[in-house]
Amino acid sequence: MNKKLKIILPAVVIVGFLSVAVWYLRRTTIPILEPKGPVGLQERNLLLFALALSLFVIIPVFSLLFFIAWKYRESNESARYSPDFDHSRIIETIWWLIPSAMIGVLSVVAWNSSHSLDPYKALNSKTPQMTIQVVALDWKWLFIYPQQHIASVNLVQFPKDTPIDFQITSDSVMNSFWIPQLGGQIYSMPGMSGQLHLMASQYGSFNGLSANISGAGFSGMTFVARSSSEKDFVAWAHHASRSQNKLSLAAYNNLDRPSQNNPVAYYSSPKDNLYGTILAKYDGPGTSMSGMYTGGKTSMSGMGMQ
Amino acid sequence: MIEFASLLGKLNWSALPQDPITAGGAATVVGGVLGVMALLTYFKRWKWLWKEWLTSLDAKKIGIMYIVVAAVMLIRAGTDALMMRTQQAVSVGANHGILDSNHFQQIFSAHGTIMIFFVGMGLMFGLINLIMPLQIGSRDVAFPFLNSISFWLFFVGVALVNLSLVVGSFSAAGWLAYPPLSELHYSPGVGVDYWIWSLEIAGIGSLLSGINFLTTIIKMRCKGMSLMKMPMFVWTVMGAMTLVIFAFPILTVTLTLLYLDRTFGMHFFTAGSGGNMMMYVNLIWAWGHPEVYILVLPAFGVFSEVVATFSRKRLFGYTSMVWATWAIVALSFSVWLHHFFTMGAGADVNSFFGIMTMIIAVPTGVKIFNWLFTMYRGRILFATPMRWFMGFVVLFTMGGIAGVLLGVPAIDFQLHNSLFLVAHFHTMIVSGVLFGYFAGVTYWFPKFAGFRLNERFGNYAFWCWFVGFILAFGPLYILGLMGATRRLDHYSASLGYQPLFIVAGIGAGIIAIGVTMQLLQIFVSIRGRHEARDTTGDPWNGRTLEWSTPSPVPFYNYAVTPEVDSRDPFWAVKQARAAGAAVEPPHYEAISLPKNSAIGLYIGIMSFMVGFGAIWHIVWLSAIGLFSIVFLILVRCNDDHTEHHISAKKLEQLDKKARAQGGYA
Repeated sequence: MNKKLKIILPAVVIVGFLSVAVWYLRRTTIPILEPKGPVGLQERNLLLFALALSLFVIIPVFSLLFFIAWKYRESNESARYSPDFDHSRIIETIWWLIPSAMIGVLSVVAWNSSHSLDPYKALNSKTPQMTIQVVALDWKWLFIYPQQHIASVNLVQFPKDTPIDFQITSDSVMNSFWIPQLGGQIYSMPGMSGQLHLMASQYGSFNGLSANISGAGFSGMTFVARSSSEKDFVAWAHHASRSQNKLSLAAYNNLDRPSQNNPVAYYSSPKDNLYGTILAKYDGPGTSMSGMYTGGKTSMSGMGMQ
Repeated sequence: MIEFASLLGKLNWSALPQDPITAGGAATVVGGVLGVMALLTYFKRWKWLWKEWLTSLDAKKIGIMYIVVAAVMLIRAGTDALMMRTQQAVSVGANHGILDSNHFQQIFSAHGTIMIFFVGMGLMFGLINLIMPLQIGSRDVAFPFLNSISFWLFFVGVALVNLSLVVGSFSAAGWLAYPPLSELHYSPGVGVDYWIWSLEIAGIGSLLSGINFLTTIIKMRCKGMSLMKMPMFVWTVMGAMTLVIFAFPILTVTLTLLYLDRTFGMHFFTAGSGGNMMMYVNLIWAWGHPEVYILVLPAFGVFSEVVATFSRKRLFGYTSMVWATWAIVALSFSVWLHHFFTMGAGADVNSFFGIMTMIIAVPTGVKIFNWLFTMYRGRILFATPMRWFMGFVVLFTMGGIAGVLLGVPAIDFQLHNSLFLVAHFHTMIVSGVLFGYFAGVTYWFPKFAGFRLNERFGNYAFWCWFVGFILAFGPLYILGLMGATRRLDHYSASLGYQPLFIVAGIGAGIIAIGVTMQLLQIFVSIRGRHEARDTTGDPWNGRTLEWSTPSPVPFYNYAVTPEVDSRDPFWAVKQARAAGAAVEPPHYEAISLPKNSAIGLYIGIMSFMVGFGAIWHIVWLSAIGLFSIVFLILVRCNDDHTEHHISAKKLEQLDKKARAQGGYA
């Protein structure tokens, strides 16, 4: 293979491969880059900002690497050779300063965004927020609507532009509650109530999943998050409230049994404070430091039950 | 819950493989062991194996055994990776692929466990054993017998993980086995116990190694080698071993508590009854994050040696490098919470750990710039070790940027546990750790084998790894952005993941070709060893002390302990000689070296019994093992004849002979 071909051939392969990749990605949804709610949008913008900032490191490193490697290759005898050149206060100071400056900027961003995008913080909106209680079970998601007195499995519907206060626990192992197109995720843990505030700013059905390995049915533990109009939501809730299946404690215990790839199901009139009852199951003797729900705040020592 | 009554505990015939996939795995393990035994018998090598290797207390022999075991485990865990990628490429929609979810979960748990503990750690301890004593001008490590115990405990860990393929099953709870999933209620089989005891025993071995090597560096440097004259590899080993000593006890205790939960119905980490799973997650990462730096720091040290040697130049910014190393050591204990921002600790706590995480990027960035400036105004020879370095800088910089993104808590909420994260840490560990140790093995190979590795196959291997890596993990970054979480054994077709998983699978296949090339490289090099023989002891125009010895290094390392007065002592000697300085005739003195001992191996066997008994609840087996270990240690303590002596005259003969065969004049 001659030298020209050795350069051209890989170049053609790379360009061809990249074109196919770009063509495919353009017609595929990339949820985290195409968020449908304000939280996801801010998180996406933060990601892009940090990525842009990182170019200040990537560009010098890559240009220096390839320039130095090429210029000081063994066969280039015209290049200067200083075998004992081993320190320079100025150059080293610059090395410590460039990444420090970048990290300094990013630290401020990290601090501010951690606070403004704190999943426990309620979202700013004129519309009053709606509470949905989420329970991770083996291997499905139960959504309890305390205000609407309904419950559903593997489908959560809510009106667009209404801030949702997801209260999250588990009646099994640890899972992670994640709707990539809306943003964020929070662990669901037995005996503890986590919180995630999200809002959809567009209509649509979004994929939801568990992002923490939870056993045999883990891969099938997906759900649909549907953002609809207020009117559709009311109709949907009404439909669910007329379900023959009442979520009594017995019905819940039945649902709690391990099962995989569950279809969507609706329940009417869940038992009063079912969510609290589920949390209390793990409130055995000697419980402490369990970070339980104490009305909006987590407490590392509290025993509070909502 | 506890069935200790029966003589064989939980062990019965149903522990043997019941389905074709497990049977295949079991047959490979059993066949491999029988095959090796048959070869040893056929070539009448049992005695040789016993005398030269299994009972040897020579750090160089122990180092080579570590690397051989790590190489075999790389193939084992690499096969796991190929199975996972195959499953994910085909298991979509109506097709459920080749593995059921339980097998798939066992495979990824084993893949992670083996790659970190038995490939990464194995290569690291192997290279430290080989190089560190030589670089500080020492004949041995501080505690040669302890070194043998460490190796055998490491080997028992390997044996237990692989035995789980034949008898019982492995953990399906991920490589860090978060409770409550790993508790008895949700994982009733012996899988998690295999995981616990494999790491418990190997982890104690690692702790002993950490103590041993740190002591060696502090106490056994040759005359004139002050701390600031140590080679950079030794500095990074010192940092890593300090981390081992602080981090591994946390792992040992955490695993013990989990075992107590599972076996005696205690409630350290259970859901309810006062157990706290968050405590486990904190503890395991308080070990787990420093562990990453334990693996990568010595690899940084390897790169520092490689870049200086192949650029024919002193390492740039030595003092900066030392400070950067210790900054990483100190900071690595203050970032563990970034593995679980999504647990909901609150904005203040998350910000603190996020910022600490990003700060670690500063000393790491400094190291990269210093390597680049070591190359600046050098004369760079792009031999295979230098290619691994170039690949490392490209991949590690990009992986590091991904890491900084993940370090911002608000971004992490969207990427946590996604394939973006998986791609990030594979980029860091494959380019940082594996490429580093591959460079190290290629670089120092002639020192121990007496001949160089074939460059052409080394080059093929590098390009397969590099291109394969980009194809295998590039798509995972995108999949992560598409909301694909890790550890999926099946997904819906509408998500559009499949083409990317197929590309990732092809990438994994190319990496497998790279590993094949590495095996071919060894084969071809052994066949052509006469042409590639290193007759000078200094095949790369090296700078540090190890290159002043003949290749292969004689068992006593240095006939006369060297004295140094500069950072690159051998380079300085060569410069002085070129300028006409006279070579002083060596003055030989009698030396003592440790005798072979089989007790380390016996302690390994007994530890295996302790572990196996604990896994299957066979109390008498564990008890016998435990008492025997105490007994064996007492026997060793009362042995006053653990060293053999070589007279000055004999040493002179040996040295002249070694040098006549080619060592430097």
